[in-house]
Amino acid sequence: MADNKFAAYICSGCGIGDTLNVGAMEKIATKEGKMALVKSHAFLCNTEGVQMIRDDIANEGVTHVCIAACSRRAKTEAFNFPGIAMSRANLREGVIWVVAEGAAHDEVRQEMAEDYVRMGCAEVKKMIVPGGNVKESSSKRILVVGGGISGMTAALAAADAGYEVVIVEKAGQLGGFAKNLVKRVPFSGPYSEPQATGVEEMAAKISANPLVKVHLNSTVAETAGAPGRFKIKIAQLSDQVGGALAEELVGAIVQATGFTPYDVTKLTELGGGQANVVDQAGLEALAKSANGGAILRADGKEVKSVVFVQCAGQRGSGGNGSGQHLEYCSGHCCATSIKQAMYFKDANPEVDTVVMYSDLRVPGMGEDFYRSAQTKGVIFTKGKVNKVAGGGSCKVDFRDLILDEDTSVDADLVVLATGQVPNAGVNLDDWTAVVTLADGGDEAAKAKTVEMKRGSVLNLEYRQGPDMPQFKYGFADSHFICFPYETRRTGIYAAGPTRRPMDMLQAQEDATGAALKAIQAVENAEKGRAAHPRAWDLSFPKVRLEGCTQCKRCTVECPFGAIDEDEKRFPLFNEERCRRCGTCMGACPVRVISFENYSVDTVGSQVKAVNVPDQFEEKPRILLLACENDAYPALDMAGLQRLTYSAYVRAIPVRCLGSVNTIWITDALSAGYDGVMMMGCKKGDDYQCHFVKGSELASYRMSKIGDTLKQMGVEAERVITHEVAITDHERVAKLINDYAAQIQEIGLSPMKF
Amino acid sequence: MSDINSQAVARYKNNFLREVEERVEDGHWVKMCMQCGVCAGSCPFGPHWEHSPQKLFMMIRAGKREEVLKTDSMWMCTSCYNCIARCPRKLPITHIMHGLANYAYRLGLSPKGQPNQVIARIFWNNAIKHGRVNELTFSLAMYFKDGIGQGIKNSLAMQGVGLGLMKAKRLNPMEILGGHTCKDKSGIAKMLTKAREIEDRRRGLA
Amino acid sequence: MAKKQYAFYPGCSSQKGASASNFLTSIKVMTEKLDIQLNEIPDWNCCGASIGYAEGGELPRLVLNARNLALTEQNMPGMDMVSGCPACWLSSRETAERLQEHSSLLAETNEALKEAGLNLKSHVRARHMTEVLIEDIGYAAMKAPVVRPLDGLKIAGYVGCQTNRPFGIAGESFENPMYLDKMIETVGAEATKYDQKGTCCGGALAFSEPEKSQKQIRDIVEAAYDSGADMIVTPCQLCQANVEIYQSEINKKQGTQFKMPVVYYTQLMSIAYGGSAADAGLNGQLIKAEKLEKIAGK
Ligand code: SF4
Ligand code: SF4
Ligand code: SF4
Repeated sequence: MADNKFAAYICSGCGIGDTLNVGAMEKIATKEGKMALVKSHAFLCNTEGVQMIRDDIANEGVTHVCIAACSRRAKTEAFNFPGIAMSRANLREGVIWVVAEGAAHDEVRQEMAEDYVRMGCAEVKKMIVPGGNVKESSSKRILVVGGGISGMTAALAAADAGYEVVIVEKAGQLGGFAKNLVKRVPFSGPYSEPQATGVEEMAAKISANPLVKVHLNSTVAETAGAPGRFKIKIAQLSDQVGGALAEELVGAIVQATGFTPYDVTKLTELGGGQANVVDQAGLEALAKSANGGAILRADGKEVKSVVFVQCAGQRGSGGNGSGQHLEYCSGHCCATSIKQAMYFKDANPEVDTVVMYSDLRVPGMGEDFYRSAQTKGVIFTKGKVNKVAGGGSCKVDFRDLILDEDTSVDADLVVLATGQVPNAGVNLDDWTAVVTLADGGDEAAKAKTVEMKRGSVLNLEYRQGPDMPQFKYGFADSHFICFPYETRRTGIYAAGPTRRPMDMLQAQEDATGAALKAIQAVENAEKGRAAHPRAWDLSFPKVRLEGCTQCKRCTVECPFGAIDEDEKRFPLFNEERCRRCGTCMGACPVRVISFENYSVDTVGSQVKAVNVPDQFEEKPRILLLACENDAYPALDMAGLQRLTYSAYVRAIPVRCLGSVNTIWITDALSAGYDGVMMMGCKKGDDYQCHFVKGSELASYRMSKIGDTLKQMGVEAERVITHEVAITDHERVAKLINDYAAQIQEIGLSPMKF
Repeated sequence: MSDINSQAVARYKNNFLREVEERVEDGHWVKMCMQCGVCAGSCPFGPHWEHSPQKLFMMIRAGKREEVLKTDSMWMCTSCYNCIARCPRKLPITHIMHGLANYAYRLGLSPKGQPNQVIARIFWNNAIKHGRVNELTFSLAMYFKDGIGQGIKNSLAMQGVGLGLMKAKRLNPMEILGGHTCKDKSGIAKMLTKAREIEDRRRGLA
Repeated sequence: MAKKQYAFYPGCSSQKGASASNFLTSIKVMTEKLDIQLNEIPDWNCCGASIGYAEGGELPRLVLNARNLALTEQNMPGMDMVSGCPACWLSSRETAERLQEHSSLLAETNEALKEAGLNLKSHVRARHMTEVLIEDIGYAAMKAPVVRPLDGLKIAGYVGCQTNRPFGIAGESFENPMYLDKMIETVGAEATKYDQKGTCCGGALAFSEPEKSQKQIRDIVEAAYDSGADMIVTPCQLCQANVEIYQSEINKKQGTQFKMPVVYYTQLMSIAYGGSAADAGLNGQLIKAEKLEKIAGK
């Protein structure tokens, strides 16, 4: 390997040269930063400035570059030197735009800028250009688990884009839940009549498509590997083949395993389980056998009156306000009941059809469909059902919410609009608890794991468990606003009602999105790149196993289950599953995990590079570790808006708060910093962390840092964490200023003395 | 129970909604209400309605025939058209209220002596008698709607107003002798009788 | 310049000696100045108003209005029907539109009209006077004849219900129509910020439900005072009558001291166009519009 040569380039444009002493910074880069080459330029990002750097790379053998100019988020096209390690000292957004104007601030402004130059030089010296993780062979095939509407849509979308697809469907034919429907809610104008489900057409398209291979009567017995190299074992359920396992190699997976209707017999208060009280699936069956004619009950009697009970066992209503059953709204059931009421009206307009609702939720064009049902004479009654009695003649007791009275209605048949329960496999929280017991030698727990695995969808051979982590209510969801389709298993995407409750049209859109994500995943895997949100990133964690104490923190904390264990119980990194968040790096107590371009050292050396004034100068220093996804952009935005904040702060962008290793904090405090601020994304159920669990883990770790601080003799207030959104530019400036004021109040760090 | 009322009950059995759809002006709109309550909140006399239009529509669907036809609610309509302008489902609510009131009245179920009903009747009769409204006889009739004694009290109470209007030449005492009329009074009378006949036939009231 | 021709439907309340007779007086002055020729429909009849519903029913009401439309069609072919009264306009327009839309209703209507020797093809457009002023004349032309701008007058523009709903003036909002304010400003007065523009005065129910209606009227008058208005102006006969007449009642019962003049926009225009107080029918006010009279006297 050729020798490294370090160079620093300081821009004096954009007002930097007018406000700051560039010559002094050049001296610092040379003397303290130990840069072999230091140049300044009046307009670094223009063609001439960039060419100057390129020439140095070509002619002078420069391998490492520190650009002291604008934010690392600006001018990324200009400052793009492939194969060269680069750091950015943020003199524009981070200094001249945010430090108050005027001569009174000249000194602190210059100190801040000089520190950023020191930090930029220190960082680049520790950086290595990542070589990437290109694999010799990488599969670009896509596995679709589930052959219902979602699965078929995903398969066709991927095949249309030219990718090979393997479908695994547990039933003997494609179609899933939809194949049992008589018709579906309309997808196209005028949205007034139910439409054919389209299941046959889709299934026919699939069998005609040479790129799609279908395993019917099959389930996934094992999923091993990582994006680009998933090895799938497929179990046949049918007798002739007996336990023989087919194998498929795929690059990415779409999990479209749908839902199961909530068990209607649990709704005893709504007559669930009694004669002539059915759920929506039950009604489809009756309508199917009627074949367009009069709909008959199970006992053969023609249905002349029917009541649909909405939200049955949903929305925490339990139908009777008991808070039992499902907490959520399944979204499709209002429109589904409307459609089913039309089955009756279209066969015989004389049938009394009542839809009993408390809120009719028909999003999208559902309003037109609702209107159409009203035109057909379906009666909509706003009422809360208290009790349903089934039997030969059914009776629905309800509170009329408009007329404010308790009353009842008789019907031949009652249909309960029950909710969707996701087919999401094993709940990993339960799993972890059982596995922990089993690892401790508990025999019953060991048996339980076997039993639990039988309920698994993917049977992942992952250290963190056999299925995708579930979010609220057991759905395999992700933050649907910030990261639609993303899951916490790289290269595996959930689609359809297994991800969140939805109707058929939404499931089709969802499945198309998931197919596109799967395509991205196989393409990125082949190039050795990360997946969202660092899709360009070629770095991946390197671990020095010699130092590993087998504490397992990285294995447990990796939000994406990327780390398994080898036979010797050392962590085994699956790079293709890794999202490059650095959470493992933050977790490791002995600091043996790092990336080539982002490491304990690249940040640690910056912390140390800052010139911390002694106790007589009365100038505090505050270290700010800011998440590069939201907090750092917000800081830049504060600059753009010319909001001012304290010049005592030194900001370092981090990939995720999860990557913050406590050593940086303790090092900073030992060096005499007076405070450490962390800014990361929102955690919890409505998290906005780009790595899902990073900010949560950071806040957990920081909650434990108190003891360390006490040992050091440092006040607890010297380390604080804030949740910040990308739009919070005003708030970040205020948070910094408030904290600076607070530090003034508690006084300089005792470590300085 | 009046004759046409018992016939209606027999004919529609428990299906009041159908009865309204077939016999009440714009009654086929009732099923389209989505129970948002905007009409109820828009009505100037809203607080005085026993049942708001929203509720009336629900009651019709719930088959509460007697309660709907006997209430004085729809008689509270001032014809301000607020509800029509605001209903997200574009129900011609004002017309339906008028239609319901008219139907209840035709069946003889509407509350007897309800003041707005009285004024509606007096106004119409006044208008068709001469083809044009005679404001004096209309007002006098209004004052005497509650009987002679109350009528004198009522007109005494409003005497100042009347005298003022007379002074301003906006109420003509000579009108009591006739006042404005159309020339083709008989044609108008015949055509209205015919219209009533056709409508009754269509509604099954004949 | 040739005068614009319209079939005129005055309506019962605007007849000589009726409650809105002063309205008719002012209309005459105004139309004169604006080159509008109003041709009274021969033997027109009452529209039945909205309140006629109880006794009238649907078809008789439509037929009553269809008669006026038929008379227009027959005697003034090609002319739009214009009414100054919102109730007349509403009934006529509703009839015209419904009969155009539903051929079966038109057939039934003609069956009845035959009894009066008439027939309707249903081509007539029924319009309101303000509609004609705004759409056919325009604000600029309305301003042109102003010789006596109503400087310094503050006026609350009270549109009321039926001028505004359900048809209203094209392009205006139901909730906050601006055309009356614009008309007020056209004649040089100031339109106050008045928040009861579209409030119902009780309509015909002012007679039968005095308490309920007077509560409405109180709001209407009070808001005019609050807005700093010298007077209320309205395009509606029933609004004018109710809001003016019942102020003394409300004063008596509730101890208020209302004395808010209520005039028609036509009266404003007549004065602004140089007419006398008598031309504008100001002698017909129960509550004298003194400030307006003063301008007229100049
Ligand atoms: S960087 Fe993040 S995703 Fe990758 S192994 Fe570490 S914790 Fe897991
Ligand atoms: S039109 Fe009648 S029902 Fe409608 S808001 Fe006005 S008064 Fe009420
Ligand atoms: S506003 Fe219209 S839709 Fe709403 S409750 Fe009234 S009638 Fe029904």
